[in-house]
Amino acid sequence: MLRLPSFTYLAPKTLKQALQWKHDAGPEGMYVAGGTDLYPNMKRRHQDPKVVISLAGVKALRRKPAERRNGGTADAGLALAAGMTLTEITEHRKLRRRYPVVTRGAELISTPLLRNMGTLGGNLCLDTRCTYYNQSYEWRKAIDFCMKKDGAICWVAPSSPRCWAVQSSDLAPVMVALDAQLHLVGRAADRTISAAAFYHNDGIAYLTKQPDEVLTEIRLPAPNGWDATYHKLRRRGTFDFPVLGVAIWVRWDAARVDDARIVLGGVASWPQAVPEAAEAVRGTQLEDAAIEAAATAAFRPSKPMDNTDFALAWRKEMTRVYVRRALEELRDRHATRRP
Amino acid sequence: MNGEPTQVAFAPHKTLLEVLREDLGLTGTKHGCELGECGTCTVLLDEIPVLSCLVLAQACDGRRVRTVEGMATGEGLHPLQETFADLGAAQCGYCTPGFLLTAEALLAAIPTPSRDQIREALAGNLCRCTGYLKIYEAVELAAARMRGEDAQPRPETIHGR
Amino acid sequence: MGDRPRDRRSDHDRPAGSPARRPGDLRVVGTAHRRIDAVGKVTGRTQYADDLALPRMLHAKLLRSPHAHARIAQVDVSRALALDGVHAVLTGADLPTPFGILPVSQDEHALCPDRVRFVGDPVAAVAATTEEIAAAAVDLIAVEYEPLSVVGDPAEAIAGDAPLIHDYGDAGNLHKLVNLEFGDVEEGFAAAHHVREDLYFYGGNTHLAMEQHASLAEWTPDGRLTLWSSTQTPHYVHRALARVLELPPGRIRVVATPNGGGFGGKSDPFNHEIVVAKLAMLTGRPVKIALTREEVFYCHRGRHPTLMWVKSGVARDGKLLGLHFRTLLDGGGYGSYGVASTYYTGALQTVTYQVERYKFEGARAFTNKPPCGPKRGHGTPQPRFALEVQMDKIATDLGLDPAELRLRHLVTADTITANWLRVGSMGLGACIAKVVDASGWRTRRGTLPYGRGLGLACSSYISGAGLPIYWNDMPHSGVQLKCDRGGGVTVFCGSTDIGQGSDGILATIVSEVLGVPLGEITVVSADTDLTPVDLGSYSSRVTLMSGNAAIQAAERARDIISQHAAEKLQVPAERLVFAEGRVFDAADPDVWLSFAEAVQGAEARTGTVGTVGSYTPPASPGRYRGAGVGPSPAYSYSAAVVEVEVDPDTGIIRVPKAWVAHDIGQCINPAMVMGQVEGSVYMGLGEALMEEMVYRENRGLVHKIPSMLEYKSPTTLEMCDVETHLVADPDPNGPFGAKEVGQGPLLPIPPAIANAVFDAVGVRVDEVPISPEKVLRALKDKARGGPGRTGPTAFPDIPWPEPIRVPTPWEGGDGKALKHDAAGRRGRAADQSAAALPRSGAASHPERQH
Ligand SMILES: Cc1cc2nc3c(=O)[nH]c(=O)nc-3n(C[C@H](O)[C@H](O)[C@H](O)COP(=O)(O)OP(=O)(O)OC[C@H]3O[C@@H](n4cnc5c(N)ncnc54)[C@H](O)[C@@H]3O)c2cc1C
Ligand code: SF4
Ligand code: FES
Ligand code: FES
Repeated sequence: MLRLPSFTYLAPKTLKQALQWKHDAGPEGMYVAGGTDLYPNMKRRHQDPKVVISLAGVKALRRKPAERRNGGTADAGLALAAGMTLTEITEHRKLRRRYPVVTRGAELISTPLLRNMGTLGGNLCLDTRCTYYNQSYEWRKAIDFCMKKDGAICWVAPSSPRCWAVQSSDLAPVMVALDAQLHLVGRAADRTISAAAFYHNDGIAYLTKQPDEVLTEIRLPAPNGWDATYHKLRRRGTFDFPVLGVAIWVRWDAARVDDARIVLGGVASWPQAVPEAAEAVRGTQLEDAAIEAAATAAFRPSKPMDNTDFALAWRKEMTRVYVRRALEELRDRHATRRP
Repeated sequence: MNGEPTQVAFAPHKTLLEVLREDLGLTGTKHGCELGECGTCTVLLDEIPVLSCLVLAQACDGRRVRTVEGMATGEGLHPLQETFADLGAAQCGYCTPGFLLTAEALLAAIPTPSRDQIREALAGNLCRCTGYLKIYEAVELAAARMRGEDAQPRPETIHGR
Repeated sequence: MGDRPRDRRSDHDRPAGSPARRPGDLRVVGTAHRRIDAVGKVTGRTQYADDLALPRMLHAKLLRSPHAHARIAQVDVSRALALDGVHAVLTGADLPTPFGILPVSQDEHALCPDRVRFVGDPVAAVAATTEEIAAAAVDLIAVEYEPLSVVGDPAEAIAGDAPLIHDYGDAGNLHKLVNLEFGDVEEGFAAAHHVREDLYFYGGNTHLAMEQHASLAEWTPDGRLTLWSSTQTPHYVHRALARVLELPPGRIRVVATPNGGGFGGKSDPFNHEIVVAKLAMLTGRPVKIALTREEVFYCHRGRHPTLMWVKSGVARDGKLLGLHFRTLLDGGGYGSYGVASTYYTGALQTVTYQVERYKFEGARAFTNKPPCGPKRGHGTPQPRFALEVQMDKIATDLGLDPAELRLRHLVTADTITANWLRVGSMGLGACIAKVVDASGWRTRRGTLPYGRGLGLACSSYISGAGLPIYWNDMPHSGVQLKCDRGGGVTVFCGSTDIGQGSDGILATIVSEVLGVPLGEITVVSADTDLTPVDLGSYSSRVTLMSGNAAIQAAERARDIISQHAAEKLQVPAERLVFAEGRVFDAADPDVWLSFAEAVQGAEARTGTVGTVGSYTPPASPGRYRGAGVGPSPAYSYSAAVVEVEVDPDTGIIRVPKAWVAHDIGQCINPAMVMGQVEGSVYMGLGEALMEEMVYRENRGLVHKIPSMLEYKSPTTLEMCDVETHLVADPDPNGPFGAKEVGQGPLLPIPPAIANAVFDAVGVRVDEVPISPEKVLRALKDKARGGPGRTGPTAFPDIPWPEPIRVPTPWEGGDGKALKHDAAGRRGRAADQSAAALPRSGAASHPERQH
């Protein structure tokens, strides 16, 4: 039986308490929410906190989704508490109606059982993944470890100074594409940053979040005239992490795409925005040629490494297909909505 | 614990799976990976199916835990247990407790699930023996009986064609 | 059951005076009923190995090699021993005697003494008060390795500069070489209207039983050892323990706990089983080991990756005039069942379609990877894939319907094949007809839109191997039966329930013969102290062999009871019927005794009512060296049509539905038969589409994905719909006519999918798994004007030995090899027994077979 290393478990009731206890624990302390990422990692000795601080009992993180108002009336979107479980996300009616892309992204995560446990916040903070890394301690010891934990070299790119572990959260590219705002609470100050600014393209330091900061809220923009979709590639229809995620946001101006964001998951250490691809569809009606141009533009910078499921070349090639299909979906939906 | 207030002492870093099996002697909950990758260790926590290998036992303080041992009552087997037994939905039986509890939660939420809803709900439980089909049929049959119907297995599912 | 025209067993074995069982008489057999272990399983009460705990139990952990190939220079266990809570540490020196499942391959050590042969090979072991302490202690053991160069695959194994992985084998790193020729294939090719040569590859995959292997050993001060273990073969574990621990077998008890799935993965005696036994002996305390999922990948013994070259020559009507098969198996680091596996890649090609002349060359190479062995279908899914795809190609070449081609040339019932296998009942024709009808094959195939297609394939499998694993002439299965005064019956049998339901089979059969309700039958199985030997749950042998033994024991009990009851009721014994817990007069059912009364009367008269039964398979007509692998008392047959949807942009395959027909002979419990068919389809689907053992060449051949997450096993969302048809063509050798079902229906699935992909998008993926990458590559190849194929392109040169030439039955052969040939060695071979493996002395000469 794989077991957790020993640690002290703390269950604060308030955010303040959590921040204080985390501060007290220093670098030895880690937050846990659903535990579906942290506990497997601890069992494999990727992370070895001496103090684990559970956010599960922190009321502020478990609030019901709240509509945000600008100056009292204008719709300013919806705020999701970071502690919502993924099942709660998928079952939330209003969310499904107004932000189907978020529901869809969440539905595609892991399994129903894991979604009952895993949280939105944990998903956005998900550790990067690599088949040289997500292995037992003994296995990693056999290959002499790697840079991300206990070792010195990156086996994926041995001459590289950095770790190329893969961004594997399904909702991260969705949130970057939507330009969601993430609210972080630290001991000293709060701040709100765009989802894109939350990530670093580095397999080890993949978050810009300070270790003490708690992600409390994810603020979705008001659904006014934009549409978005998410397509996920993986071997099986459940369990598997994305080996490619394609999140696309477009804002329509009548028949034309006024603005777009195309973000790839699973091909870099962060959600990889591809502005060239977005540029290729801007001002178009998503005609076949425009879609093809965007697909090609997305294909070029997509650089999967040999550290996930499937053969590299095929994965890269799938970028083209998946971007194309996502854009086609958006086009077709727009066509059916416009009389 | 299965409806009874239960006190148990254990090392603070133990998972619910370990405490059930090692400290409470409830070995009905099985394990196949201990990493959240198979669904074998499923139990109900406040009636929601979760993976006991990734739940810290300490976090269950004051909560309701149900395991396969708690399914049958004095009156007999749970309808799902009956149909799993009759249709051969349990071959080696190792994945069975996890499937039973996941299915029980499904039927509590959706009394008349479609085949696709069953498939989706059970998509976090792996079985290597049955190919899942007998499990679907057992869930459907139990669902019908729990709705009060006098349902019998379809002959072609147990006799072939 | 029909009128059982070929019922040899009952003719010979039925004691005089026993009432004949007529077809209409079946009461329990053939009805769908709850298996006897079902309630334990659905209530969580069934105790698997890791569920067991004993007072003062210690926990063991193994230190496994981080190198794929290295010499062990030094092992320092002092720091581990010094750790608080550690009770014992073992290294190779403590268990010097080698073992292995086959007498000819005694090449494993419980702990490697001087050399490691794959990443994960166990080197040392610790027993400690907790699993955590044992793990910490293992980490403190310092091993100094001298790395050797690593052999990654068979091609590397036979390269001139490859280091030798073992110091035995047929040639260098070639563990086993086989060359058998039945008739002159070249003559067949010369006469053929159409000849083709093709290469195929079947990737390696593993069982992935949900239960991870676990064992618990107890040593008592009276010098007796008990091992509870998740094993499919307690008898062979018993033998291995006696050998390695140097204990008299009478002091060792092996109990196979209910297996949480086996599929062949728990058929070898394993390192960890021996290690916990030794640790229990050393510490005087019970010792348990529960392997992690990763360690189960190192135990492996799964499907051999197999490269195949096939040359076929057919007449205008598609008849196989000559068939030449070459197989090259990647065996991994140890022998395991590999010699048998090698033979199996050549054995069953002849039992489905008539093959006039047949030649088989097989080789197994040692490589530095976890050892391969028997997985569901043992050695036969690979050649079956090649043969069935080859048949599809031949049909295309000849412009024939693939179903028609097969139907035309079926092996007929009651014949002997080119390689001297005796086929009894043969229901493949009926199976093909069923799946063709049910799937709409004739109208839908070739007419579905681009991207959708249908594929057909067939197969056959043995219902138990004709010969045991070590040479002996004792029965393969034994049953003891005890009738209690209260009317209950206990059946004792060494067979092991791995989920297939063998305990239920025993109960059902005894219930049928003695008329005792199922609920009053107790089965005690898989316990070497309590039960007579059954060789184990492998080769689909259990229903047929233990079933026949159970019939014999039950019929003997019935005879004893009949004698008394006949007197008491004043009815001739032949008229007595045993049913519904009673013994009554067939002519006047009101004249009866309860079964309990009948037992009491018999016991009063003759003493305890206990009987035995046993089963030995009939001798096979093949008498050449190598003829031991392939013969079976009965062959099951299956046919499948699979529908696929291929996404031409991605190569991703979805399988919505499979139609399967299986010739089961006779269902003992149809509900269980259905489960086996569906489970086989499931596993075949996984092998065909996604499951594969892969290793990191750049990191010293470490297993790339030893986890449930990354080794891809189909979930509910991948599993296809299955429509199952059962064909009942009772076989005279089967209990009530029953044949196997646990393995056969897996075999047609991968080739049917490959053939369906061809129907869907016109490309050939001659390689399993048929992954999207390969499909897309073939599609691109086709778009560029190429042949549209992905698959192997070369077969390495193998130093094949001189063939053993065996004339076919229709050439007037007698099942023996020709006595004289160039090498002058056949004379000896021809005199060999039918055994594949030498009769005697094998264990003392493990290094050479020839
Ligand atoms: C078998 C398996 C399959 C999976 N498949 C997928 C998949 O397909 N797609 C996918 O996206 N994920 C997948 N996951 C990963 C994981 O289950 C989800 O991402 C889940 O949402 C993580 O949430 P959690 O609450 O369990 O995270 P936890 O494990 O609790 O936390 C993860 C990390 O985030 C930090 N953290 C959590 N909450 C906060 C917060 N509010 N503020 C600051 N830091 C925080 C923790 O300290 C920890 O470092 C899978 C996991 C498993 C085991
Ligand atoms: S990308 Fe390189 S450094 Fe990062 S986890 Fe993988 S092997 Fe380690
Ligand atoms: S044991 Fe596999 S998910 Fe918990
Ligand atoms: S019944 Fe064996 S794993 Fe499901």
